[in-house]
Amino acid sequence: MALPQAKQDQLAARIAGLSFAREGWLGAARGEALARLSAMGLPARRDEYWRYTDPTSLTAVEAPAAKVFVADDESPVFDAIDRVKIVFRDGVFDPAASDDLKLAGVEIERLARAGGAHIHWARDVYGVLEARGQVPVQRPLAALNSAFATDGVLIRVTGKAAKPVSLIYVHESETSDAILHHCVKVDSGAEITILENGPAAARFSKVMEVEVAEGGRFHHVRAQGRDHERRAVTHIFARLGAGALFKSFTLTANGVLTRNEAVIELAGDEAVAHVAGAAVGDGAFHHDDTVFVTHAAERCESRQVFKKVLKNGAVGVFQGKILVKPGAQKTDGYQISQSLLLDEDSQFLAKPELEIYADDVKCSHGSTSGAIDEVALFYLRSRGVPERAAQSLLVLAFLAEAIAEIDDEAIAEDIRSRLEGWLARHER
Amino acid sequence: MLEIKNLHVKLEEEDKQILKGVDLTVKAGEVHAIMGPNGSGKSTLSYVLAGREGYEVTEGSARLAGEELLEMEPEERAAAGLFLAFQYPVEIPGVGNMTFLRTAVNAQRKARGEEEMSAGDFLKVVREKAKKLKIDAEMLKRPVNVGFSGGEKKRNEILQMAMLEPKMCILDETDSGLDVDAMKLVSDGVNALRDEGRAFLVITHYQRLLDHIRPDVVHIMAAGRIIKTGGPELALEVEHNGYADILAEVQ
Repeated sequence: MALPQAKQDQLAARIAGLSFAREGWLGAARGEALARLSAMGLPARRDEYWRYTDPTSLTAVEAPAAKVFVADDESPVFDAIDRVKIVFRDGVFDPAASDDLKLAGVEIERLARAGGAHIHWARDVYGVLEARGQVPVQRPLAALNSAFATDGVLIRVTGKAAKPVSLIYVHESETSDAILHHCVKVDSGAEITILENGPAAARFSKVMEVEVAEGGRFHHVRAQGRDHERRAVTHIFARLGAGALFKSFTLTANGVLTRNEAVIELAGDEAVAHVAGAAVGDGAFHHDDTVFVTHAAERCESRQVFKKVLKNGAVGVFQGKILVKPGAQKTDGYQISQSLLLDEDSQFLAKPELEIYADDVKCSHGSTSGAIDEVALFYLRSRGVPERAAQSLLVLAFLAEAIAEIDDEAIAEDIRSRLEGWLARHER
Repeated sequence: MLEIKNLHVKLEEEDKQILKGVDLTVKAGEVHAIMGPNGSGKSTLSYVLAGREGYEVTEGSARLAGEELLEMEPEERAAAGLFLAFQYPVEIPGVGNMTFLRTAVNAQRKARGEEEMSAGDFLKVVREKAKKLKIDAEMLKRPVNVGFSGGEKKRNEILQMAMLEPKMCILDETDSGLDVDAMKLVSDGVNALRDEGRAFLVITHYQRLLDHIRPDVVHIMAAGRIIKTGGPELALEVEHNGYADILAEVQ
């Protein structure tokens, strides 16, 4: 079906200033991504999966300006964690601020350097998982990213990584518009933790494709920065082999617009995928978690745990789906999305979906939205805990199930302290 | 210790008068019991003293060691030395019992200008007190009251009381939902805290609890007032004859 002229024009305008090299395996992959994008056009509010989130500022030719926010009242997240740091400044690799890209059991390359050859392991991942993730729900912004990403990292994990690889996204220019694309391939039995933090740019598009082979283990913890005005659209596409583990947690504090999509395919028997998020927003804040988990093998387990704390007109969106394919027997699927509305101006929009084509499965989903429990608040206060501290305690308790998805206790504690800091700063 | 004068309270939302002039004085070192039929205002009295929302004090005062309680926030009342053991202890999923106890102890210390208790000291004290109440390590780790039996919840209230060392303890139907053994444990916990500087107000329907926690003074409350005050024998009279005789006598 041909794209309407208006959509063609909109897309042409958006990508007019963008280009990519046609050479090598990467050039070919980019060409295919562009073809996908051209067939879909850019997302619009009319599209079913954009009904709750206006994509206009994400598809506009120019990125809306975002003031640079300097968080000098607390140390950067993950600071105390021993890790290999890879720094991007407004989407541009910063070699001076980055560590040597060396880690036992892990090969790390920059996308900008690795694309020219004809043969590369990433050829089977780059744009490949993204393309698989375009069915049945179209994700044009991910295709745009695959076509035009300016850089990123290719991480091949062959053993047990001694420490996490940490991607740090610094935002320094008020008008920056960054597109990064990462690929991670975890070999059979290998294990890695990837950390991500920072706002990255005024507008940030990021795709991470993750292939986890049989028995591989992938951990991901992300903190999306405290910038008040930045906009971000991120996608994580994952495919898991038999017995593989995938765990992803995201903390989002502020940001005018965030759309985080996770598209996960459990392709091998007994694979486990957990994706979780804790989002806290005050005022001009729109946060959208859009998750699609496909069970395509037997005895797999998936968990989606998303919690949002909203105040002063903040908006939270959750669109989560579990698809159980024919034959995916003994599936164990769980999905929970909850919001804590601290006032009457804030809003939570949830669309939980289950689609099941196997008869021996266990799937549950729940979505709630509520206020602080006044009885619990009084109970805490009656024991001498001041009102604000009591409220913070209850908010952290509300978020606990999501934070519990972080396996590493030091990292979880770091995330918890960020939330405590945020709560202290946003008491009113 | 506690001095309540002519306390009138109505429900905020319903414009319904619950307490109609309560006068009550509890001295340091004393144990007072309040008995009375359902709906007499006993629990309302305890909530109003602790500062729960939803009630409006239309007249009267309540002073704790000379300070006006009714003008304080609930946490200030706690720091001033008031403790209410809830009839229905609240479940708080996600907040560990230990974290809750330590936060409460240190918040009160901070409010009083005292030094906070270190994690190590706290652990030692809490373990020792928990042991006496037969509260095991597992219960301390679990979220506050979540999955606790009725008896465990009440024992947990007494543990909080033991940790916070309040001056004025109000026990609101602490005996409800307790079997004989649990009642003995809870009563022992309360009796262990009795001393010269501390006072208790025990709200109960039954004389049974008062066999374990011997009161100095017993009050009968009905229709929002204290209608009769006497010694422990008053509780026995209620046990044998019910409230009808006393109500008739007063009228």
